[in-house]
Amino acid sequence: MDWPGQKLAEKLMEIFLVVFAAVAFSVGYLIGSFQTMLLIYAAGVLLTALVTVPNWPFFNRHPLNWLDPSEVERHPKPQPAPAPASKKKSSRQK
Amino acid sequence: MHSFGQRANAIVTFSVTLLAVICSLASFSDNFNTPSPSAEVKVSNINWFQKQRNGNDEVSLTLNISADLQSLFTWNTKQVFVFVAAEYETPQNALNQISLWDAIIPAKENAKFWIHTSNKYRFIDQGSSLRGKDYNLTLHWHVMPKTGKMFADKIVMSGYQLPDEYK
Repeated sequence: MDWPGQKLAEKLMEIFLVVFAAVAFSVGYLIGSFQTMLLIYAAGVLLTALVTVPNWPFFNRHPLNWLDPSEVERHPKPQPAPAPASKKKSSRQK
Repeated sequence: MHSFGQRANAIVTFSVTLLAVICSLASFSDNFNTPSPSAEVKVSNINWFQKQRNGNDEVSLTLNISADLQSLFTWNTKQVFVFVAAEYETPQNALNQISLWDAIIPAKENAKFWIHTSNKYRFIDQGSSLRGKDYNLTLHWHVMPKTGKMFADKIVMSGYQLPDEYK
């Protein structure tokens, strides 16, 4: 799962669960059945798990584009400048 | 990071949190119910009334209990426990309570009832102060919810008197 996929999965999970909880409570309260509320919510949790837990292809639509190794060879890593410490020392002594 | 197991863990914890929230709301919604229960208890007969060998008074009554407790039931009610208590005052104690009969009402359909019964539990005074005693019969109930807070209330019925002599 790529980075936007992780963000999407988390968002989807929160939205789905909150919406299912709200629907379950409203329906249960309106028809006066506690059991219906629990069943709707349980179904909602299962569905949410099914959508957001497995690594579905739509969570992998933004793959990271790594540079080709040949690019790295053409731009070598800059070496650290030699001995900057002595300069610092001299400036402090002033 | 963000493995299958972690996502499963996240969904379980968040869903259980929300379950607690909707259960709290369900319990809170009970406050909008304003019950109007009614009850009537008649003492149809004093079966016997005697002094035990140890000096305690005991009386056996036949009770005629009718009540309509249907308005106590809400969508969040599991059952209602109901009991009839005799309540009276003695010089030693300001309030004596003796449970005479009880029942569990499992559903709203059973909450409007009528029963003719002798006292299920013995009516014994620890002493000999029942002769000519004025007493109340009180219908107590405890509403047991599926989730959340338990409610209790009662209806006091007064004006009962035990006979002056043993029989």
